[in-house]
Amino acid sequence: MSFSADLGLAYPELILGIGALVLLVFGAFAPKASSLVGWGGVLVLAAAAFEAATGPFGKAFAGGLISDAGSAFAQVAILASSAVSIPLGQRWFQRRGVDNFEFPVLIVLAALGMSMMVSAGDLISLYVGVELHSLALYVLAAMHRDNAKASEAGLKYFVLGALSSGLLLYGASLVYGFAGSTVFSDIALAVHSGASTGVLFGLVFLICGLGFKVSAAPFHMWTPDVYEGAPTPVVAFFAAAPKLAAMVLFARLLGQAFGEAVGQWQQVLVALGLISVAVGAFAGLAQRNLKRLWAYSSIANVGYAIIGLSAGSAEGVQSMLIFMVLYMVDVTGFFACLAALRRQGRDMETIDDMAGLFKEQPGIALAMTAFSLSALGLPPFSGFWGKFYVFKAALDAGPLDEVAAVVGLVGSVVAAFYYLRLIKVMWFDDPKAATDTPPIEAKTIGIGLALFTFPVVLVALHWLDGSAAQAAHAFGLG
Amino acid sequence: MSIGLAHYLAVAAILFTIGVFGIFVNRKNIIVILMSVELILLAVNINLVAFSAYLGNVTGQIFAMLVLTVAAAEAAVGLAILVTFFRNRGDIAVDDASMMKG
Repeated sequence: MSFSADLGLAYPELILGIGALVLLVFGAFAPKASSLVGWGGVLVLAAAAFEAATGPFGKAFAGGLISDAGSAFAQVAILASSAVSIPLGQRWFQRRGVDNFEFPVLIVLAALGMSMMVSAGDLISLYVGVELHSLALYVLAAMHRDNAKASEAGLKYFVLGALSSGLLLYGASLVYGFAGSTVFSDIALAVHSGASTGVLFGLVFLICGLGFKVSAAPFHMWTPDVYEGAPTPVVAFFAAAPKLAAMVLFARLLGQAFGEAVGQWQQVLVALGLISVAVGAFAGLAQRNLKRLWAYSSIANVGYAIIGLSAGSAEGVQSMLIFMVLYMVDVTGFFACLAALRRQGRDMETIDDMAGLFKEQPGIALAMTAFSLSALGLPPFSGFWGKFYVFKAALDAGPLDEVAAVVGLVGSVVAAFYYLRLIKVMWFDDPKAATDTPPIEAKTIGIGLALFTFPVVLVALHWLDGSAAQAAHAFGLG
Repeated sequence: MSIGLAHYLAVAAILFTIGVFGIFVNRKNIIVILMSVELILLAVNINLVAFSAYLGNVTGQIFAMLVLTVAAAEAAVGLAILVTFFRNRGDIAVDDASMMKG
């Protein structure tokens, strides 16, 4: 394949990379125009999403980059979520006197890293993609730099993220050594005739590293601290798109490189999924801070996505993709609502702060109720459909996954307690004091996404089902 | 006795373990954690270069070059975050990073 044809497949990444550099230079020379840089960032993300959706499919750079229905599906979701977080975050920072034009640039760079992750076809591009998105996220977490909590969150995220990259890399080096190649399709050939102990050892390290990135228990300990300390709109961003990117990378690695070794990784994944669901459900019960609470909720939800993936079939991957996209809408919307709420100049972050919110801000309270019910998995909200697909795939997959589905259901019943408590406090307790007028962009995003969780999802689901099924077949799991 | 692949892998495994323990056991200074991270990445590089020589395949060396580059970027970002942390707290002891329990 010629070099120019290779470049043609990498257009979404090229647009993001060049766009980020141009925005950075523009911002450096016109530091007052940070809002303009923000809209430029949205434009770059939209252009890359358009290119990803319409671009050609194929393999480029000796298998290092794969453009297929799976990568296109994930890229569109990731870029859309990144584009939403630019206006949400930038205005939030501006109101707090931090007017950095770097914010949109970092979001675009993180989107570039994530889009490389979902189209990686080689352990090297996998690593570069993971690092590119992680480095941008570490800085975003510590962006509110005069805030002691934010810098502590950034530091913790950095240390544990670097450790997880180290695990991932050590696994990659073992797989390279014992399989003889870093390209996924060549690793699959080596695994075909029976995976050696060295390769499996490497695979376990790779799974641990990726487990850190998706915050699956027992690799979840950074999540609550980072969510609590980091600025709320930044959490809205990194609770959504990076999780999808890492899950898609998980699916591609397991499907395209280790598809023949399903028996070896299936149990590991079921265990990860179950522990995550249990930790998320039980540890969430003790939380009073809503950001910590939703951190545990995200651990549990990633557990469901992993259970879906552990089915080891195209149906399982499809359920994981649908679940993650619907969850992204939920979590972004919830944190957008949280970013909109302040009382007398102080952020409202605990459950007690939410007392009587329905009387103060009925729109936002209704939206938060919708997100909570959806995360709990109550029909007809979007979260129910995500869980429906996951459990269906798990039940079709065999006895081990049937157990996983049952434990998953129990976990969501336990988790129902903390979602319902939040709803009860918002609707039936008395308000303490008046809340400040919510900023228009956060309120619009929150309520808009709430309308997606219900009723728009009922219409969108048909389309989502078809495109996720198409995407799932690209990952090479029967 | 000639030095073979197994020796390199053993050294890398030992360095990797020291690095991981450095992160978890160390309770003094955050700079030590950054050093441990570097140690992990260097262990990986030894692995990659040893495998590359053993397999007679240059991919491992290319990978090692990329790891070195990314390690430099990672150190830069890590130290920058450490500086903001120090400005807020006036100290970089590990036990100080405990505003949020966890």
